[in-house]
Amino acid sequence: MSRHVVAPTREIPPGSRKLFTIKGRPIAIFNLNGDFYGMFNRCPHQGGSLCEGAVTGLVESTAAGRYSYSRRGEIIRCPWHGWEFDIRTGKSYCSPDKVKARSYPVETAHGAELVEGPYVAETVPVHVEEDYIVVEM
Amino acid sequence: MNVNVKPEAAKRTSSRLAIADCDIHPVRATPNAFDPWLSARWRDHLKTFGSPRRLAMQAGPAFPKGQPDAARRDALPPEGGRAGSSLSFMQAQHLDPNNVIFGVLNPLQSGQGVANPELCAALCAATNEWQVAEWTSKDTRLKASVVVPYESADVSAAEIRKWAGHKDFVQVLVLSRTGEPLGNRRYWPIYQAAAEAGLPVAVHAFGYGGGPITSTGWPSHYIEEMAGHAQSCQAGLASIVIEGVFERFPKLKIVMVEAGFAWAPAFAWRLDKTWKALRAETPHLKRLPSEYLKEHVWWTTQPMEEPEPRTHVLDTIGWMGWDRLLFATDYPHWDFDDPSLALPLPISEEQRLSFFRENALAVYGVKA
Repeated sequence: MSRHVVAPTREIPPGSRKLFTIKGRPIAIFNLNGDFYGMFNRCPHQGGSLCEGAVTGLVESTAAGRYSYSRRGEIIRCPWHGWEFDIRTGKSYCSPDKVKARSYPVETAHGAELVEGPYVAETVPVHVEEDYIVVEM
Repeated sequence: MNVNVKPEAAKRTSSRLAIADCDIHPVRATPNAFDPWLSARWRDHLKTFGSPRRLAMQAGPAFPKGQPDAARRDALPPEGGRAGSSLSFMQAQHLDPNNVIFGVLNPLQSGQGVANPELCAALCAATNEWQVAEWTSKDTRLKASVVVPYESADVSAAEIRKWAGHKDFVQVLVLSRTGEPLGNRRYWPIYQAAAEAGLPVAVHAFGYGGGPITSTGWPSHYIEEMAGHAQSCQAGLASIVIEGVFERFPKLKIVMVEAGFAWAPAFAWRLDKTWKALRAETPHLKRLPSEYLKEHVWWTTQPMEEPEPRTHVLDTIGWMGWDRLLFATDYPHWDFDDPSLALPLPISEEQRLSFFRENALAVYGVKA
């Protein structure tokens, strides 16, 4: 496991997402109201690029004719076949027991920690006054 | 340790099996893209009256298609325009990375199904010119379909004869939901011309027959239309077999496109059982219905059935024959099948080559 400085947090405003390549792997990073989540960018079904899907809410029903709509902005729908995944956990809603999108822990760190620590930033310029997205994988 | 990364889309550069894709949908870049091949009369007509299809008056298809324009959301060309309208982006996103060496164009929403028969014919003719001018002449991997105004069989036959022998055209295209079942004699001029030209007739799911899209009326949901293609395609195929089309045109090849295929064995068993009991009703048939299907019909794979366990697909293909299936992606539509993941099962190298390429090259008479 290693920690990867991905970008300044301002690059992914709340409600948006962006695709990165980390350790050669495509990782989509989402910002949900200031919390960051990472997801392997290949849909477990047929490999669609999840980052390019539509973000929706969760429609559920207890009986025909009744529905609830919740968690707006927290569900990503694959751009190909429309399979739905929970951005926070990778949980699938079409086949929750068998399919899961792989998620990665993401945290934010202040530039000062990153510069002063034992780790040196090389390609993302790190400034002490900024916050950064850091992925562990 | 800390590692810094820059945004970069994942790339596919590994060497991949060279494949055939038997269902690619090219789209007009603008609503006026057929104008160079339409007479002034039809250009003015379209501006004034539009081109309503043979279905209830509405602006679009019967159901919203799940993803905008029925397309993969990642297939919008960077230069703008609809998914499937940019050759350069189709090459970069699909043909090159998936190593497609032979791709069959099936233009939908072209002119087929337009209610005005003369306008329908003019739009189909323009579609065929457009395929050559904008697609096949610019990328030799791509092959065209002779798009025909199938409700006017004589006009369709003339269009087929016009293009017969042209190196870029590999099949004739009709849609599955026709005004009458597909084996009806009113369509036989199409089969005759296609058989004479050596062109398979592709029956692509969807269409505009004018009636409800199931045999018992209009469904409420898109998913019912999607799963229900098996209905219209079974009705069409049963009609073609039982009316004796293959007896009359023994060289005719039919390619069922985007209709599913796992239903084929059960459909054939049901036809055979019933025909044994009712043979005297259709004495023009000399063999079991399944034997005509086995000899004359091919099936594109997308959207692949995904049973659990997945190995049931191998049982199905075993019943149909490994020489019957033609790999297809349906690019750029949302129910696209990726060639690297469409058949995640242990099969022999020979079976893999047949499925992904050789069957297509054989049925279309193409040398790789």
